[in-house]
Amino acid sequence: MTSTVPSSTPGSDSTIGRTEGPILVVEDLTVTFPTEDGPVSAVQGLSYSVEMGKTLGIVGESGSGKSVSSMAVLGLHDAKSSQITGSIRIDGTEVVGLSENRFRKLRGNTVSMIFQDALAALHPFYKIGAQLAEAYQVHHPNASDRDARRKAIEMLDRVGIPQPDSRVDDFPHQFSGGMRQRAMIAMGLINDPSLLIADEPTTALDVTVQAQILDLLQDLQREFNSAVIIITHDLGVIAEMADDVLVMYAGRCVEYGTTKEILTHPEMPYTWGLLSSIPDISASTDARLIPIPGNPPSLFSPPTGCAFHPRCGFKDKVPGRLCYDKMPELATGSGRVEHLKRCHLANPDAIYRAEVLPEIAPDLVEEIR
Amino acid sequence: MTQDPNAEAQIAPSEVGANAADTGERQTTGPVDGAVGVQEDGYSDHEVAVASNFEGHTASRLDPDAEPVLEVENLKMYFPVKSSGLLRRTIGHVQAVDGISFQVPRGGSLGLVGESGCGKSTTGRLITRLYDPTGGSMMFEGKDLAQISQREMKPYRRDVQMIFQDPYTSLNPRHTVGAIVGAPLSVHKIVPKNKILGRVQELLEVVGLNPEHYNRYPNEFSGGQRQRIGIARALTLNPKLLVADEPVSALDVSIQAQVVNLLQDLQKEFDIAFLFIAHDLAIVRHFCPEVAVMYLGKIVEIADRETLYSHSHHPYTQALISAVPDVKQAAIGGRRERIRLEGDVPSPINPPSGCRFRTRCSYAQEICARVEPPLLQIGWRHKVACHFAGELGAHPATPVTTELLGVDDQGTPTGTAATPLMTGPGYEPEWYDLKTKQLTSA
Repeated sequence: MTSTVPSSTPGSDSTIGRTEGPILVVEDLTVTFPTEDGPVSAVQGLSYSVEMGKTLGIVGESGSGKSVSSMAVLGLHDAKSSQITGSIRIDGTEVVGLSENRFRKLRGNTVSMIFQDALAALHPFYKIGAQLAEAYQVHHPNASDRDARRKAIEMLDRVGIPQPDSRVDDFPHQFSGGMRQRAMIAMGLINDPSLLIADEPTTALDVTVQAQILDLLQDLQREFNSAVIIITHDLGVIAEMADDVLVMYAGRCVEYGTTKEILTHPEMPYTWGLLSSIPDISASTDARLIPIPGNPPSLFSPPTGCAFHPRCGFKDKVPGRLCYDKMPELATGSGRVEHLKRCHLANPDAIYRAEVLPEIAPDLVEEIR
Repeated sequence: MTQDPNAEAQIAPSEVGANAADTGERQTTGPVDGAVGVQEDGYSDHEVAVASNFEGHTASRLDPDAEPVLEVENLKMYFPVKSSGLLRRTIGHVQAVDGISFQVPRGGSLGLVGESGCGKSTTGRLITRLYDPTGGSMMFEGKDLAQISQREMKPYRRDVQMIFQDPYTSLNPRHTVGAIVGAPLSVHKIVPKNKILGRVQELLEVVGLNPEHYNRYPNEFSGGQRQRIGIARALTLNPKLLVADEPVSALDVSIQAQVVNLLQDLQKEFDIAFLFIAHDLAIVRHFCPEVAVMYLGKIVEIADRETLYSHSHHPYTQALISAVPDVKQAAIGGRRERIRLEGDVPSPINPPSGCRFRTRCSYAQEICARVEPPLLQIGWRHKVACHFAGELGAHPATPVTTELLGVDDQGTPTGTAATPLMTGPGYEPEWYDLKTKQLTSA
């Protein structure tokens, strides 16, 4: 069965519930792993916040620190093998340094996570229903097995699994890829969390299934008014889902602002590179596919100055050897709304419009103002 | 088949190697013997030759007059399903590929897209004869690759090579890069042993790797570099046809574009035809001037890029394209309507009768369950298999195929003879016009 639905706008405009500020505030977060070759700072000086009902997209290449930072929010780093400094406040509670016992009460209840590979994240020996019920009973110790099972069926129904009362007794391998991802989402939402972190929720899926899952996440977000963080390397998913976007490179935030602003007026050459290296399905065939040269830097020996300078095609426009020697501060961009960027370029928007956009989207030069 | 070793070793590193995005590790080694136009970049070890890399590529163009290098007709692959127990009787077949026909033009590219399980990878493996087809023909250089034995296939393996999806599992971790890239040369005894190394270094240069790294192991390279090694291995024997099975989907976004540009460079330089299998419709659109859409083992629509992406006539193609997020359009608020396909792909063991897509199609009627729609040429380079073929929002109310098939609107045979249909792998100069229901030509 098919039905035509207009793609909904990202996020929801409902403002029910909490008004006393963002559900998650991350300030100056640094995650360091001591290794034999010395400490590696996977995340450095990261700050962001997410409000209820809003979606934040975190983009970056593998190794940029996007997953590491979110795992810190969930308290999934072993205190023995990692050092976390800075502040993470979930619903007003400071969680950096929180004991494992107290964190366990938050995890799955206030914050929960959807993992990329649903087949690896679900236990192959246990029935889907049993795994969902367990997630429920951990935070509802008084709930009977029967209640938990009823809740599991209800959640499977909510996420669009057909015949949930019989599928609840299936094993993960009996589900298709899309259904497993739905079951993961059901598990993530079973305790009605205020904040949901989705780590590459659709990367392993077909486009048609990806569209279903993204629609589902949007519908559920509207229903539960939860805050969502989507971690992905796919700007297409960001464009469809996120209200705000945070671009990470080599463990740092390099650009942060509203999705519309960042995608139409990007001011950091790395973001330009990301936009240039994906072909668009409706782009003019004169549009060029321009890769970012080189590879992401090693975190053992990050480049001096701006971490992106070895791959940047615009460092000649910055006077002197600023890009080589000095790490740019995260500063307000020239845009009209709140927009942070980490770059020495003086007039990035003009350069983007004159030099990048005509190459990658010649048909949109007029439309993007 | 030429057996002259000199004729085989003619890929020379030219500007391809220098243009192909640098890996950030190339030192200024200077040109290897015979290298033409290798750029002396003069950048330090950590930097890369940015200027040359920023010349991205526009989409590949269609050459309508190119002769086909590969003609596939009615290709079938049924995998037996065995019962449990001692006897292991065959109780059914997975119809992974069920009667597909297409052409790959010389030096051109055909894209093959579809959801997982639609048979696109199986098709690639059939063409490289990693599987033995159940039926059909694959004409390559006047020889039917489907009929010949594995021994007779050996010389053709030089001409038909494959690039695999996952660069982490497709390279032997215990072999050096030199051994991996050079293996085809020694297997086919093309170059004397003492010349293999030189050839390997040329190839590494061609794909933008440092030729001095031939004695390193795959684990010393990043994902994008490993994929380049896989590409170098596929190029070793100067293939005429490359089957690229999801060549970029395991790579980071910024690296994907490097590899796509490299493949475009190589295609131009060495006149290689590509069968490009991918599920990313945007990448396929960029790389392939012609695209075939598969669903459950069948081609449902095949057309040139413009037609397929802007004027597709099959409801499945329309749904597939509408599901792809579009960054630049979404950013300016140009959001398209998304067609939501419910449910999953049915099992290929028991595919639906008639049209295989009908169980998920909103236009399906009685006839779709009874009669299978033929892959009908409806335009200059456009074939579609649908009883209600039409552009999005303009699907006809009555089936368009009834007169051709000799059935009525419900699919009951009317007794009139069915018109013989053009079912070959190529395109005819005349086609069935949907508006006039007549044969027309350009």
